Amino acid sequence: MTNVTTGKPTIVPITGAGACAQAMRQINPDVVAAFPITPSTQVVEDFSTFVANGQVDTEFVTVESEHSAMSACIGASAAGGRVMTATSSAGMAYMWELLYVAASMRQPVLMTLVNRALTGPINIHCDHSDSMGARDSGWIQLYSENNQEAYDNLVMAARIAEHPDVRLPIMVCQDGFITSHSIQTMQLEDDTAVRAFVGPFKPYHSILDTDHPVTWGALDLQDYYIEHKRGQEQAIRNALRVIQEVSDDFAKTFGRQYGLFEDYRLGDADIVLVAINSAAGEIKEVIDEMRTKGEKVGLLKIRSFRPFPYAEIGKALGNAKIVTVLDRSASFGAHGPLFTEITTAVYNYSANRPLLLAHTFGLGGRELTLRHIEHIISESRICLDKGEVGNRQGLWINVRGDKL
Amino acid sequence: MIENTGKLAELSPETKLMCERPGTFSGGHRMCAGCPTGIFTKMLTRVSDDYEIVAGNATGCLEVASSIFPYTSWQIPWIHTAFENASAMMSGVEACYKSLVRQGKIHKKLKFVVMGGDGGTYDIGLQSLSGAMERGHDLTYICYDNGAYMNTGVQRSSATPLGAATTTTPVGSESYGRKGNRKNLTKIMLAHNVGYVAQASIHDISDLFRKMKKAIDHDGPSFINLLSPCIPGWKIDADMAVESARLGVDCHFWPLFEVEQGRFTINYRPAVVKPAAEWVLSQGRFKHLKKHPEVIAAFQAELDKQWSWLEMEEARTK
Repeated sequence: MTNVTTGKPTIVPITGAGACAQAMRQINPDVVAAFPITPSTQVVEDFSTFVANGQVDTEFVTVESEHSAMSACIGASAAGGRVMTATSSAGMAYMWELLYVAASMRQPVLMTLVNRALTGPINIHCDHSDSMGARDSGWIQLYSENNQEAYDNLVMAARIAEHPDVRLPIMVCQDGFITSHSIQTMQLEDDTAVRAFVGPFKPYHSILDTDHPVTWGALDLQDYYIEHKRGQEQAIRNALRVIQEVSDDFAKTFGRQYGLFEDYRLGDADIVLVAINSAAGEIKEVIDEMRTKGEKVGLLKIRSFRPFPYAEIGKALGNAKIVTVLDRSASFGAHGPLFTEITTAVYNYSANRPLLLAHTFGLGGRELTLRHIEHIISESRICLDKGEVGNRQGLWINVRGDKL
Repeated sequence: MIENTGKLAELSPETKLMCERPGTFSGGHRMCAGCPTGIFTKMLTRVSDDYEIVAGNATGCLEVASSIFPYTSWQIPWIHTAFENASAMMSGVEACYKSLVRQGKIHKKLKFVVMGGDGGTYDIGLQSLSGAMERGHDLTYICYDNGAYMNTGVQRSSATPLGAATTTTPVGSESYGRKGNRKNLTKIMLAHNVGYVAQASIHDISDLFRKMKKAIDHDGPSFINLLSPCIPGWKIDADMAVESARLGVDCHFWPLFEVEQGRFTINYRPAVVKPAAEWVLSQGRFKHLKKHPEVIAAFQAELDKQWSWLEMEEARTK
């Protein structure tokens, strides 16, 4: 996979993982440190061929673990490089400690995360337990419905992460196998246009600057730690504005417009589904079908989960009568992480208070078919007609066993 | 008990020259009184005028005591992120340097040094150390080995010697302290075919300085295992670190040797080899061994075995 675009955008059939590898080639990072893990492996493999063929300036560090991958990324970022990595599931779990370090050191490390279930039991297929578990790590999280979005988000990632008001690491998430291994037809932008859009990296400090020695990672105790954390919080709040600015500039340059979330036939919808990543594609199809039958149903698709645009989402859901949230990860003993965020947004920022219905689906790659989505919508309709969600709250979709 | 002789080792001309160069590790750090770790950190940037040093540290005594925000003892670029990842972190720094040199974005010559205690090196950091050494980064790793997790309050590590009492191998009716012999990390590094591997001791600064220079000069990975006594962990008096290290070398607990491209050189042969018992019983962490002569005998047997291995390797690679 070494197709090089020249002069103009090309329409190519490519997997989601392959598309991210192409974005990495175009971004041409100074250092990539990565360890292979299904289903993100193709990203690293494709990128290795770009290194082997001299298509990038990158020093590729073939580390012995994901823990070392993130450690090497942090070191390389401290050295003033633009740094990228890719991982999934247990790989990111193994990075966990260092995810927090990268964020607290305010290092704009760029990651492709191909979402896969966390082990317990081991499973290689898609759910969002990996990235949802890392939602408090301080990384910006952008989600992608399809291959085009995964590619576009990665092209935008450097500009967002490296913005002087942000300077935080960013993970661009897509669904394992469902998009990472599906060949879709998408537009690959021209190399020079992407490089011009991304621009050069201007590090704030470099540990290689021996004339201005800096101590990185000092012991930070109760007299300063919380102020540094406050600075980190300010930075990720700033990211909300920067994500939109960069997305608007991307639209001007490449013609595809993205927001902090996507609203699909939302304006007059009584029933609104909220979802992340590839499930949104199927939901849109069902919405179109049900709209022809007169059911007023819409979708709110999350793009930026961290930072979470509470006010914007709360406002967008203001006219809904019931909001049904589909979480692809479980927070055992509690509702899913997306549901709790949507509840907060609606409670604080929606003009009206819609009913809120929590569903969990798709753990470990369990499919969500059009029939399941139709069922979810008709159940939502029943709740709406009754005026309460009752014992439908917290149901798991397409799962064997008694009702929870 | 051993006496503090106050005797300094003869300084080599290079070491004297080194002492005249400006130091880059300031005082005011929070290392314990009498801790010898600062000896090698003060040498770090004095090894050569041909390049500058960028340093990284594993979590540990040296890290916490030298970098309490907003203060730092480091007048060179220095980075710490976690306990077990110093080698991987510095692999990233070195890889970025290589990339920027190749792109013509940086021109000065830099060398990279990683520091960690035995906890961060023998144990939790072994995987990242192994990876970095195997990949062949231009890194010098200096392990200051004090034989336990001293920073967290003297818990046993895989470098803890046989019979030592630590807070996780306390002496009791059923325990004489740490069971079994310590891991030989220097041998593990040799198994990585690292170009330059050495053992040094904090008491012989000329030998240490020569080895640090050689290791850092070397292009590619190099490793120094440095005996660095711990005042509270070894339960010795604050003025006894240097003497204790000297006796550790004189009893063959810590042979001074180096291995260049696989060739062994024993750098120091004690004129009179001291019995292990003398070194062991001079430290509070072993004092209970008076009642366990069989453990001291096993301790001695292990030192004899390691020394004859070393002699054999030196003869074999001559």
